[in-house]
Amino acid sequence: MSASTPFALLANATSLPWADVPAWPVGEFVRTTANELTRGARLCAWFGVPEDTATRIVAVLAFDVDNTLAVARSTPFTGAYPSLTTTHTQAHLFEREVWEQHGLIPEGHPWLKPVRKNNGNAPANGEFFRVDGREVHEVAVGPIHAGVIEPGHFRFQCAGEEVLHLEIALGYQYRGGEEALIGGPHRATMSQVETVAGDTTIAHATAYATIMESLAGVDDRSSTEAPLRSQWMRAIALELERLANHIGDMGALAGDVAFLPAMSACGKIRGDFLNLTALICGNRFGRGLVRPGGCHLDLDGERAAQLLERLNTALAETEQAVGWFWDAASVRARFENVGLVSPAQATEIGMVGPAARGCGLVRDVRYDHPAGWHRFAQVPVAVWPGGDIFARAKVRSLEIQRSGEYLRAQLATPVDGNLHSELAAPVPDTFAVALVEGWRGEVCHVALTDSAGRFRRYKIIDPSFHNWTGLTLAMRGAAISDFPICNKSFNLSYCGFDL
Amino acid sequence: MTLILDIVLRLAVWLLLAPLLPGIINKVKAWVAGRRGPPVLQLYYDLAKLWRKGVVLSTLASPGFVAGPAVAWVALTGAAMLMPLGPAGSVVSFNGDVLLLIYLLALARFCTVWAAMETGSAFEGMGAAREVSYAVLAEVAIIAAVLSLSVETGSVSLVTMLSPSLGTGAVLLAAGLFTVLLAENCRVPFDDPNTHLELTMIHEVMVLDHSGPPLAAVLHGASVKLLLFTVLLVQAVLPMGELSPLGAIAALAAGVLVVTVGVGLAESLLARLAFRRVPLLLTTAFLFCLFALLVAWKGGAE
Repeated sequence: MSASTPFALLANATSLPWADVPAWPVGEFVRTTANELTRGARLCAWFGVPEDTATRIVAVLAFDVDNTLAVARSTPFTGAYPSLTTTHTQAHLFEREVWEQHGLIPEGHPWLKPVRKNNGNAPANGEFFRVDGREVHEVAVGPIHAGVIEPGHFRFQCAGEEVLHLEIALGYQYRGGEEALIGGPHRATMSQVETVAGDTTIAHATAYATIMESLAGVDDRSSTEAPLRSQWMRAIALELERLANHIGDMGALAGDVAFLPAMSACGKIRGDFLNLTALICGNRFGRGLVRPGGCHLDLDGERAAQLLERLNTALAETEQAVGWFWDAASVRARFENVGLVSPAQATEIGMVGPAARGCGLVRDVRYDHPAGWHRFAQVPVAVWPGGDIFARAKVRSLEIQRSGEYLRAQLATPVDGNLHSELAAPVPDTFAVALVEGWRGEVCHVALTDSAGRFRRYKIIDPSFHNWTGLTLAMRGAAISDFPICNKSFNLSYCGFDL
Repeated sequence: MTLILDIVLRLAVWLLLAPLLPGIINKVKAWVAGRRGPPVLQLYYDLAKLWRKGVVLSTLASPGFVAGPAVAWVALTGAAMLMPLGPAGSVVSFNGDVLLLIYLLALARFCTVWAAMETGSAFEGMGAAREVSYAVLAEVAIIAAVLSLSVETGSVSLVTMLSPSLGTGAVLLAAGLFTVLLAENCRVPFDDPNTHLELTMIHEVMVLDHSGPPLAAVLHGASVKLLLFTVLLVQAVLPMGELSPLGAIAALAAGVLVVTVGVGLAESLLARLAFRRVPLLLTTAFLFCLFALLVAWKGGAE
């Protein structure tokens, strides 16, 4: 199917010369992209690359079934172009972002408004979709919330308790992350990438390190691979990150329906898993572990044994706590058939991660586009049909089991060898893509180097960018009092979206 | 003179002991969850702290915003004065005082809702709408319970009504009144007093904009209401009239403690209901009370 695509093909974690990326005039480019999306491709990235006074648009697609990525670009242009959103909804946020960053106007876009920056005003002051009628009332929540969480504004159009429409305005956490990476890698780049989303440190750091490795060529295109031992370490750290966050989410879901036993236990166990990451790298959020070319810190035999022992204890406790969760009928009653997203909707808006797998979509980067250690050791994909909060929680609890099994198996068979290899400088004028399945879903990094081998453009797409729209769909027709549990069941990142 | 002393003593018992109940509930919840939990006296500390704080007032709100919590607090305290305490009876007792009690509770609710509407906030309007719609069902259950007690004792005065023998309907009445207690006092599974999520709250979201002493009045009034319902439940079910005065007081105290711990356990082991299911449970509570009424009416005829 993808064999006949006019796009240039490349595998996850590889690079290709910028000149080899096919370029078409923007009209044809949009049409070709639309054709590929219709044929079953998924939009991973859609962003602008400035060229003198004009801008090119680059599209990165994923053919999940064929385990390959595809890339193409438009010729430089200014002004307007025919919107891709009109035929493929999954492009709607991307086109708004390109409009905001480069001023290219997608003609026919149904809801063109800024994604992050709002002309110096707060995002909440922007224009919102309104529902008219005497019975309709508007509820504005945030950006400051009652809990200690990130800022974001939610605007509900309600008829009584029923939500007719939800619109989410983000951008409060905008730090200029992508702009800071241009001209890099700088000394601060690694730390900046690690903090794109603080709870997804390992996934973002691994994606960045993979980009640097695929860009590092001695003379020709030969990219340097990180030593196997470091790839093994990264896979372990990634699953530990997933476990900690999934268990935290299960506890938070229990807390939101006031089911105390599971809430208290999961909160404590989440700390245990974070401490396992700390055992590897000295801090609970995986900072300073993954570096371009390998890993910065080793896991010696004694600590590996300790890790396995503590992991087994924590997993046993998890099984018990999650068991209480599923055994309580009062909990299940709150989650079943609430916050529904249909598989068709999930496909249409390009959802990723556990939220997509909770709609029955088999979509997992570790399986579809394996890179690093996942080429040698796979984790079964956890899928549950239904698309409700129950399904999203079920996918999490399945992933907890499978990640636990995976870690046990990996820790039992450690890989010997170096932990780090020196990387050559990035190859000039090269385009690289790295996908990593973070605990929220697909973390996508795309880099383009200039003639000196520095970053000309660095694009980061956190899974939250795809999934926030899913939350708004899940709330349609739901009760407004179910918003908190629905929100928790997605648990998306604000800073990962805002960058 | 003795009347004044009596009133002062009763006020002291009601007002000083009431904040203990939420503390006990929280301790039970913490204990079940394996946590240490806040001190039992936490609400006293909170009230003392709030009392010293200033008040932030919305420029949109009328004086009703402050008057609401004040009137509600007075109404609840007044209702407490009508409630007999075992052998000690109540301050004022007359035929039909039970109706006044119900109306005082309704007045307190009305004032809280009124104050909530004052700020014009979407949250508080939402909370007020929920509070009032569930109250409609909860009040029906209370009235059915009162009727059953009234039929059983042939009286409409609380002192007589609340000293029945342990009738067949007592179990039904206990189940119905306990459910109503949970609903009226915003406990799990109807509401979550611990949540920070405004969109899911009933009672808490109505009082979001209160601060300082008015908030203290709201919190203290809520604890008085909890004690009121607990005392009502215990006396409606336990046959204390046959015990010695000291024994009756001890039985009442023990009963209140048992109910409080029961509330804590229910909160620990149950998840909250979705709002659309709340009417179902409240209707069940009403049916319990209705069957208690039928038992009192037909069963007592033998």
